[in-house]
Amino acid sequence: MAVPADRKYAKTHEWHKVEGDIVILGITDHAAEELTDITYVQLPEVGRKVSAGESIGELESVKATSEFYTGISGEIVEVNEKLNDEPGLINSDPFGESWLVKIKPSEMSELDKLLSAEEYQASIS
Amino acid sequence: MNAQKEEKLIFEQSIEGACAANLPACDVPEIKPDYSIPPQLIAETAPELPEVTESQLTRHFTHLANRMMSVDANFYPLGSCTMKYNPKINEWAAGLEGFTNLHPYQHIDDVQGALELMYNLRKYLEEIAGLAEVSLSPAAGAHGELTSVMVIRGYYNDTDRQRDRILIPDSAHGTNPASCALCGMHTTVVKSTPEGLVDLADLAEKVDEKTAAMMITNPNTLGLFDSNITEIARILHDNGAQLYLDGANMNAIIGRVRPGDFGVDIMHYNLHKTFATPHGCGGPGAGPIAVAEHLREYLPVPQVERKDDKFILDYARKKSIGQVRTFYGQFSVLVRAYTYIRALGAKGIKQVCENAVLNANYLAKCLQTHYTLPYNLPCMHEFVISADRQKSRGVRALDIAKRLLDYGIHPPTMYFPLIVPECIMVEPTETETLETLDYFIETMQKIANEVISQPDLLHSAPLTMPVRRVDEVRAARQLDLRWKKEK
Amino acid sequence: MSYIGTNDKQAQAMLDKIGVKSIDELFAPVPKEIQLTELLNLPAALDDISLQRHLRELASKNNNTEDNISFLGAGSYDHYIPPVVDDLANQSAFVTAYTPYQAEASQGALQAFYEYQTLICQITAMDVCNSSMYEAGSALAEAVLLARDVTSASKVIVTENVHPEYRSVLATYLSSLPMTIETIPRANGVTDMKMLGEKLDDDVAAVIIQQPDFLGLINQLDKIADIVRDKKALLIVIADPISLGLLKPPGSFDVDIVIGEGQPLGIPQSFGGPYLGLFAAKEKYLRRLPGRLVGATVDEQGNRAYCLTLQTREQHIRRERATSNICSNEGLLAIRAAIYLSAIGKSGLKQIANLCFQKAHYLANKISQLDGYELKFDKPFFKEFVIVCKKHSPAEIIEFARKAGIFAGVDLGRWYPELSDCLLIAVTEKRTKEQIDNFVEVLGQIK
Repeated sequence: MAVPADRKYAKTHEWHKVEGDIVILGITDHAAEELTDITYVQLPEVGRKVSAGESIGELESVKATSEFYTGISGEIVEVNEKLNDEPGLINSDPFGESWLVKIKPSEMSELDKLLSAEEYQASIS
Repeated sequence: MNAQKEEKLIFEQSIEGACAANLPACDVPEIKPDYSIPPQLIAETAPELPEVTESQLTRHFTHLANRMMSVDANFYPLGSCTMKYNPKINEWAAGLEGFTNLHPYQHIDDVQGALELMYNLRKYLEEIAGLAEVSLSPAAGAHGELTSVMVIRGYYNDTDRQRDRILIPDSAHGTNPASCALCGMHTTVVKSTPEGLVDLADLAEKVDEKTAAMMITNPNTLGLFDSNITEIARILHDNGAQLYLDGANMNAIIGRVRPGDFGVDIMHYNLHKTFATPHGCGGPGAGPIAVAEHLREYLPVPQVERKDDKFILDYARKKSIGQVRTFYGQFSVLVRAYTYIRALGAKGIKQVCENAVLNANYLAKCLQTHYTLPYNLPCMHEFVISADRQKSRGVRALDIAKRLLDYGIHPPTMYFPLIVPECIMVEPTETETLETLDYFIETMQKIANEVISQPDLLHSAPLTMPVRRVDEVRAARQLDLRWKKEK
Repeated sequence: MSYIGTNDKQAQAMLDKIGVKSIDELFAPVPKEIQLTELLNLPAALDDISLQRHLRELASKNNNTEDNISFLGAGSYDHYIPPVVDDLANQSAFVTAYTPYQAEASQGALQAFYEYQTLICQITAMDVCNSSMYEAGSALAEAVLLARDVTSASKVIVTENVHPEYRSVLATYLSSLPMTIETIPRANGVTDMKMLGEKLDDDVAAVIIQQPDFLGLINQLDKIADIVRDKKALLIVIADPISLGLLKPPGSFDVDIVIGEGQPLGIPQSFGGPYLGLFAAKEKYLRRLPGRLVGATVDEQGNRAYCLTLQTREQHIRRERATSNICSNEGLLAIRAAIYLSAIGKSGLKQIANLCFQKAHYLANKISQLDGYELKFDKPFFKEFVIVCKKHSPAEIIEFARKAGIFAGVDLGRWYPELSDCLLIAVTEKRTKEQIDNFVEVLGQIK
């Protein structure tokens, strides 16, 4: 799968997509594949203030757990409740329906420090 | 083990009114329970337990037993688990009425035989460890680890309070960091060298005035004895820290090398590994700990002692960390281990480790033609191979494990330690015959050929077990942890 | 004797294959200076016949509860174990298998654990149950650690009538953590409700109640649950599984965690171990449970199958962030408990509970009519009760009865100075009227 060009990436395999004044965050197909079938997602609480680089939740497969991090500071404004029932979405549609959280950034320019699609692609191949 | 159709749950076999026990009628005058107990605390109906006849019960649990692999029926080369044969005389001893029907609070004069056995086992384990004193209290290896970390912490509470950090190698068992965390200790990982040993430079860098101890498994989980062990001990001791030995791999060295002689200050045993007590589908085990002189007074209570000609339980140890379990230890497991040691004697014990090491080296040598051996021989009682060659053909270590089941062999430990890709960790133990070892080698070679000729077969293995490959993802996503009537 | 699988000739062929001359060469990585040059100082090996003789001798130095009449309880009980339980639990396929990590080769144990989890949920009326802890003391400690995780609070309230050894184990586990234990004394024998209410502030992680408690008494669990409900603290109940054939299950009182000693469920007393730690909880704590869990699922052909699940909680995956460090557990004893509960079944558990209750009350009533003895507490009890010994010390009574082949009870002075004239007496379904009458007679004879 090609890495979508419309978003910014963290080295820890999260994507960040800007939609208006909100940043949507998910994990890449590469990370989802490495984790194998996701069985459980622990999402942060809405309203939590987070800073760039912070661990904000956890993904579980049968034999592994992995934290996920935010590449941008701000406040969690929404989490993807759908993942509670269908954690497998992360494997089937990592760049689409299976976004993890929406963040209202305190400093949008922090995104500039993250990787472009091209840079990310290079980092994993 | 024979493949059979699905076995219904015991609940689904229930026949109203059936009971597999013939219980007595009440022979004393009865009173109504609500005569004394408040009615709101009395159950209106009995719990919905299954109701079956004795023959139904027997069939059911016999069928379940038939859906198992076990050491008694199969080669079981599970690395770091020491699945050796469990001699039947140990079971016989543990089943003696004078041991099973003993209450922990009987009069001390009525339990002298039990205490004598515990005391002598304690002494034997002290001798085998080359350390000053053993506590038999801990219930399992991880419990022994936890107890040991508590002992270390107790010691530093008296001497050097700031030491709250424990070093562990990157190949350590998961119980090591988990035990430290339970005691509020922090862990720092020490790297391994490409040869799989502790990286001395990294150790020297990470040890400091806050280091309480290093937890080390030696031989380590790769089956390698760390030749630098005395140097590791020196580095730790020079920095005022303790050397802790995870005794999971004692089967490699008992009778030939004593941890106390290579600088260990504190260690745990796994009686269910080294001393042939059975694993029981996960337990009970027993995890006695041994300590050097300076840590003795911190051991848990009670301690079994000999006073004149009498054996006693000593609770009056001022600096003890306290009790780590109810009562005194996994007594019937201790009886088995004691019986084992008495059957073997010193010479027999030495033969255990020598033949365990011989068998492992023989397997490793013969397997290296078809699988990658990431570390040089000789190994100790176990070794790792990597299925990286097979992975490049699309077959993973897991597939190989599942295929072994079809050949009647329980797979080795898979994917551990984490530092070897597609890791397969093999521990044959000393009790296997050459014929069994050769059968394993042939089978592994056959499977390596199947990887090339029919990889799909491996992906669908096992084919001959009571069930095909189990859907663990579904089990985790759609949790079903108990039967319910409505279903 | 060595249980070694190969002979010297084979060993030599193996050495040749490996390409070394001797076993010593295989030990080359071990520095010479730390290798023993002599045999260990252990007693000489015994042949089978001598070994059996030796162990029989040791066992016969003990005076066991089968050759005597036991009224000992206090956390370990002389309940009836149907022979079918021994026979089925001792099948070597269960005894000599490892933890069921390889699901396809372990369906028998996995299904037995699934049945065990269900059975414990059934008797406790809780949502979920793990596949065993070591014993009640460490299970209690783990329950408190769970409560601490949930609440981030730093105090635990425990009543004085919780088994002193469980409290002692708890204290050991908590001693390295920033947590404190507040012990509330008994009022009129049982939990002091007023003090419980007063102590229950926002920094309390758990309230621990034993039911029936260490002294055999039945606490007002309904009222205690009312006090704890809506507070931050979790309510942890230590239950005697046999009592649940008579008493309403803890789950019906909104209890958060039930732990207990599973020894009464078909497990021999064995001088205190190995026993079985029960651990059941409300569903919402599922992901925080210590220990192993078995789940039902299907195989790739859609057939019902079982496997270990939620392993990410465990130490081998989550390491220092695991819910517990437990690895080896009491698997075989959990299977044993499952066999036991299935054997006695619905009617059997009720009948056993009733027999214990009736016989204990019969004995209590008889003893209280004797000169020199009285019941210590005027409170409801189940199978165990406390008597005050007015004329002789408990130690004297124990000694006298022992000579008549009776284990009279447990001397409470060891843990409770204020009860140093008291004996704790337990009566199970195994005691007959004749044995009980005989005990009463012996008690009356002490001069």
